Amino acid sequence: MSIDVPMGTSERAASAALVRKMRRQDVIFAVVGVIVLVLVMSLLMALVIDLVHDGIGRINYDFLTHFPSRRAARAGVFSAWVGTTLVMFVTAFLAAPLGIGAGLYLEEYAPKNIFSDIIEINVSNLAGVPSIIYGLLALGIFVYMLGMGPTILVGGMVLALLILPIVIVSTREAIRAVPSGLRESAYGVGCNKWQVMWNYVLPSARPGIITGVIVGLSRAIGETAPIITIGALTFIAFLPESPVQGTPPFVNFDWLQSPFTVMPIQMFNWISRPQPAFHVNAAATGVLLLAMTLAMNGVAIFIRYRLRRALKT
Amino acid sequence: MQKLLLAAAATAAVGVGLSACGGPKEPPAMVRLDGSSTVYPISEALGEEFQAAKGARVTAGLSGTGGGFKKFCRGEIDIAAASRPIKKEEMAACAAAGVEFIELPIALDALAVIVNPGNSFVDCLTVDELKIIWAPEAQGKVSSWKQVRSSFPDVPLKLYGPGTDSGTFDYFTAAVNGKEGSSRGDYTATEDDNVTVTGVGADAGGLGYLGLAYLRENAGRVKAAPIRQANGSCVSPSVQTARDASYQPLSRPLFYYVNKRQADTKPDVQAFMKFAFNPVESEELVGEVGYVALPAEAYVLAEKKFEARRTGSFFGGGSKIGVTAQQLLADAQAPAQP
Repeated sequence: MSIDVPMGTSERAASAALVRKMRRQDVIFAVVGVIVLVLVMSLLMALVIDLVHDGIGRINYDFLTHFPSRRAARAGVFSAWVGTTLVMFVTAFLAAPLGIGAGLYLEEYAPKNIFSDIIEINVSNLAGVPSIIYGLLALGIFVYMLGMGPTILVGGMVLALLILPIVIVSTREAIRAVPSGLRESAYGVGCNKWQVMWNYVLPSARPGIITGVIVGLSRAIGETAPIITIGALTFIAFLPESPVQGTPPFVNFDWLQSPFTVMPIQMFNWISRPQPAFHVNAAATGVLLLAMTLAMNGVAIFIRYRLRRALKT
Repeated sequence: MQKLLLAAAATAAVGVGLSACGGPKEPPAMVRLDGSSTVYPISEALGEEFQAAKGARVTAGLSGTGGGFKKFCRGEIDIAAASRPIKKEEMAACAAAGVEFIELPIALDALAVIVNPGNSFVDCLTVDELKIIWAPEAQGKVSSWKQVRSSFPDVPLKLYGPGTDSGTFDYFTAAVNGKEGSSRGDYTATEDDNVTVTGVGADAGGLGYLGLAYLRENAGRVKAAPIRQANGSCVSPSVQTARDASYQPLSRPLFYYVNKRQADTKPDVQAFMKFAFNPVESEELVGEVGYVALPAEAYVLAEKKFEARRTGSFFGGGSKIGVTAQQLLADAQAPAQP
């Protein structure tokens, strides 16, 4: 169809009708989309609001600094939030370098052959493996075979394994999205492969990579099954060794060997207790867990924003 | 900034590597409990008070009775909390690993059969009637109260209960259907007993079963069905009837299994057991978390049994229904097993 050809009246009317029909479909689709969005968001909001409504009144300084107790009013999540924080720390330190390294290798270095195809398919499939399987794996290898026991280190390791596929896949996608012009220019001015990767590809893929790491960590923070499987505790009324100390070398890693509990376990324990006061504690723990996840995301957004500015200047 | 981050990451990685290669350390000085989630509130209460009083560290997990025994027989924990006696296979696993244990009752629990508070026709259920309701053969067939007893009205029977992973399920099925784990499957099964309460509370023809603690916390929302006893009397579940053993067969003892070697070598474990079997403290703590304390003399005898380090299981690897505190008490007095 060409615009040069003059249209007859009937043709004009037909095309106008077609345009009207298309517009109507557009409107219908938009309306349906909005309805679905509102429905889903209001469901989510109802859940969050209900949780906050039940739990917010319970959150105070004492709740954050008390250990679990048989009396709901005296019980707190001290050991749980410290445990969650330390485990997430280990997870991030293991999953980020390994995941980003693996993603970079698979995307930029690996030869394209049947083996890398098999690895690629498996990595994608691993992202869908139920978390309890990772727990059993860690129980068999880390806890029993290597005799490491249910420690913070093992907890961090199992969660790192769990989110590794997410980190790898999103790293690859972020790297793939880096314009090839950038690479070519860098090669053009004489950079070698590593210099291109380290100075150009990774920095411009960083926002995507960080998003992937955070999505992974946000999943890991709510996991209960693998942590219970490796034998994490529920009642623990002391903290791990402090990571910093007054005498040289000022840091110590004894805390990695410490037994621990995490927020989701504490919440699970409280919600299944008969006393309603414990259910309030569980709701409060849920609110705190949401807040921790949000804070983690906030940090990531901040880093991303800072780095993006640095990249532009 | 980037260099600094890199350096920090490297330091941390080296640290992780070093401490991971440090080899197995000697077990830290603490009392390690794990096992049944039913017994967990008791362990939590004892641990809390013991740690406050003696300063020794106590940890407790919720691996379930079976999971607890697995760890116990591997020597990973000092005390296994159990809502049923140790099974034959578990005894074999312990024996193979050279773990000797002392079996001690720590409290009693009663299972309550609950119905809707508006249910006016249920006066007293017999165990046989419970069997009609819960037997595997009832699946898809027994769906009305009239089928349970002909004098009951034709009200739809809606069933709620714990899932198959629960010790409560194991005990109830053994007590009612005669075989552990044998039950109809077409009921609302949940790992959260609060769901059972909500379901039975909302359903006029609802029936379910759960631990006494849940009944006490939800007294207005559901009511307990009394159970016809062997002597013809009609008994409701309560602290009193569980304690004097008049509520049968749905009351059960809860146990601590103590690793004999740890009890001999770890002073903290010894002190913890002494603390747990102090009749005054225990009665208060056990009651506070919703369970039924043993009669005071049972705690004294349990401590004696522990002091004598009498190992082995009274149940011989099986499960006995309707064992009373008195019988366990007789076990504590019995001469050491050869």
